[in-house]
Amino acid sequence: MKKTYKIEVDCANCANLMEDAARKTSGVQNATVNFMTQKMIVEFAEGQEPASVMASVTKACKKVEPDCEIYL
Amino acid sequence: MQEYIINGLLIVVALLAVILQCIGARANSGMTKKQKVMLWRILAATVLLLGLQVLGAAAFDQLGAAGRWVRLACYLVDYAIIGYDILQKAWKGIRNGQVFDEHFLMAIATLGALALAIYENGDYLEAIAVMLFYQVGEWFQSYAVGKSRRNISDLMDIRPDYANIERDGKLEQVDPDEVEIGSIIVVQPGEKVPIDGIVTEGVSTLNTAALTGESLPRDAKAGDEIISGCVNMTGVLKIKTTKEFGESTVSKILDLVENASSRKSKSEDFISRFAKIYTPAVCYAALALAILPPLVRMFALGLDAGWETWVYRALTFLVASCPCALVISIPLSFFAGIGGASKAGVLVKGSNYLETLSQTKVVVFDKTGTLTQGVFEVNGIHHSEMENAKLVEYAALAESASSHPISKSLQKAYGKEIDRSRVSDIQEISGNGVIAKVDGHTVAAGNDKLMKRIGVDYINCHSVGTIIHMAIDGKYAGHIVISDVEKPTSKQAIRALKDAGVQKTVMLTGDAKQVADQVAQDLGVDQVYSQLLPADKVEKVEALLQEKPEKAKLAFVGDGINDAPVLGRADIGIAMGAMGSDAAIEAADVVLMDDDPMKISTAIKISRKCLRIVYQNIVVAIGIKLICLVLVALGFANMWLAVFADVGVMILAVLNAIRALFVKDL
Repeated sequence: MKKTYKIEVDCANCANLMEDAARKTSGVQNATVNFMTQKMIVEFAEGQEPASVMASVTKACKKVEPDCEIYL
Repeated sequence: MQEYIINGLLIVVALLAVILQCIGARANSGMTKKQKVMLWRILAATVLLLGLQVLGAAAFDQLGAAGRWVRLACYLVDYAIIGYDILQKAWKGIRNGQVFDEHFLMAIATLGALALAIYENGDYLEAIAVMLFYQVGEWFQSYAVGKSRRNISDLMDIRPDYANIERDGKLEQVDPDEVEIGSIIVVQPGEKVPIDGIVTEGVSTLNTAALTGESLPRDAKAGDEIISGCVNMTGVLKIKTTKEFGESTVSKILDLVENASSRKSKSEDFISRFAKIYTPAVCYAALALAILPPLVRMFALGLDAGWETWVYRALTFLVASCPCALVISIPLSFFAGIGGASKAGVLVKGSNYLETLSQTKVVVFDKTGTLTQGVFEVNGIHHSEMENAKLVEYAALAESASSHPISKSLQKAYGKEIDRSRVSDIQEISGNGVIAKVDGHTVAAGNDKLMKRIGVDYINCHSVGTIIHMAIDGKYAGHIVISDVEKPTSKQAIRALKDAGVQKTVMLTGDAKQVADQVAQDLGVDQVYSQLLPADKVEKVEALLQEKPEKAKLAFVGDGINDAPVLGRADIGIAMGAMGSDAAIEAADVVLMDDDPMKISTAIKISRKCLRIVYQNIVVAIGIKLICLVLVALGFANMWLAVFADVGVMILAVLNAIRALFVKDL
């Protein structure tokens, strides 16, 4: 399953870091952060609950980029 | 002298902050809250710094022994105002194992400079000013990037906000997502058509510029199909929707453009990999610069170690090394390029495709619908064994299930409603034709291959066009000549491609050799392969792919009907005339919204310009960085120059990236 989230991030490099962090989160099949449209597209692994996975994605992203915001 | 320059600079910064704050107060400035807060901090820090500078060290000396520390405290407060978030981020980075980032570079450099200044009781100004100018630079970057990001998004924003539905004689605005298939929506002059549908009432002209980049308006009247994203210009239209909003053209296009920059190009990958190696490398280089030369001087040359000089140079080295200009400007250039292209009616599905497009050296065309209009007309009927009208009737009925343009033109020539119940056992033989039962007779309609296949003698035709041989109940019944018309801009388009640096143009077609050669000669195409089945086209493209040098890319241009496999096989697939055709939008990498072949060279030129800008930015940013680093290491540049070089290159790179948006005169 794929979902798109609106995000707020200031710099392109931070967006890359967020992308890396989101990809490494368990339950995430793949993730792309689009800095230009300020969107994060997350592809969840089979049988995963998006809400709980996104909670850990947010946590992982905040860790690499404290200023970022993900609107769930 | 230097003092005056610095004070002047500070005054300029303070004034700028005030002016920008005023601009930010306007509703549509697009400044975020964070940016406004930052402006206040810049203003406060600048004014305080200016005050301390004017006061000078002498004023504090009057306070006696404590004076030195009071002065230090004032400067530290100023430093904290302007730089606390950088220190915080650097600290968080270290704790999270993300040690080497730009915040870390700035924190180490300015703290180091402060420490040197305390040790010498000298010039605190430098550390604070470097932080200040770094923040000013960051502010401009974030503002410029945010602003251009919004501009490009606005440009691509063809999303309709609402749909009008008539309820109890009154118009009501609803969310387009809520409109069901088959509802009647009303579109008033000046409004966007929100959902695909068929006009049931009203006459108007439509502006399709947002979709095609073409400013010529189209007419719409009752019965016409209409696609979302057009702007209704003159009359009120009532439209019966045929799709949901999410499936409508406008949603599909938006989805495509918005996700385009997720497909990263090689240059972007290169930059993100580069940044990952670069920052740690610079940090170690700075460390080496701080430690090695003094040790060498001390032990090998027997000179004074000069620790302050080398530590200072190492810190300056760190300031000079920030990779921001690169990291920000490359994706921004691609984004602007994709935005500019979509303004011209060319949708590019990803930065990687923009990159490939710029390296295109071979362009392969499908003939029908691409170089020719694909509107066939019956031009002659020869050797008919029965009445001409009867022959056309049989042909039209046999071909009635096919969506091929030829069957359309047969139906048009027949001119009456097709009664499908008269046709049965339709058997379509790809690349040959159709065999079907019409009114109990076995009718075979197709090319010479079909006739050979069923073992019927046929009479060759001398006219140029598509020949449909007919056999009824196994007996030859004559042939129908259908010919296609070249598009008016095709010839010009081929020439424009040559001018744009394309080395070879090839035309593939399922059509007869005679027709194909004639068209190819007219248009000036280099190579032509005719009488190909869809599968042969893939083979031919594969052969052409092998022939060409590795670096040159091959583009295939088709109309998206029947050629999805070829579109997928080529280095880059371009579909044209995609307005309203979902299949074409899905199969291709680059989508031309209207069917003008001139757009192919436009697309290539746009991609070339974008890539040129990307390379300029890479070369200039890395080049200036390297020169700065060398100057700093050799002691020819101080921290001031370093920070200006950093901010300057960044602003230049961002401005250059924006150029990719302008696609008018290429």
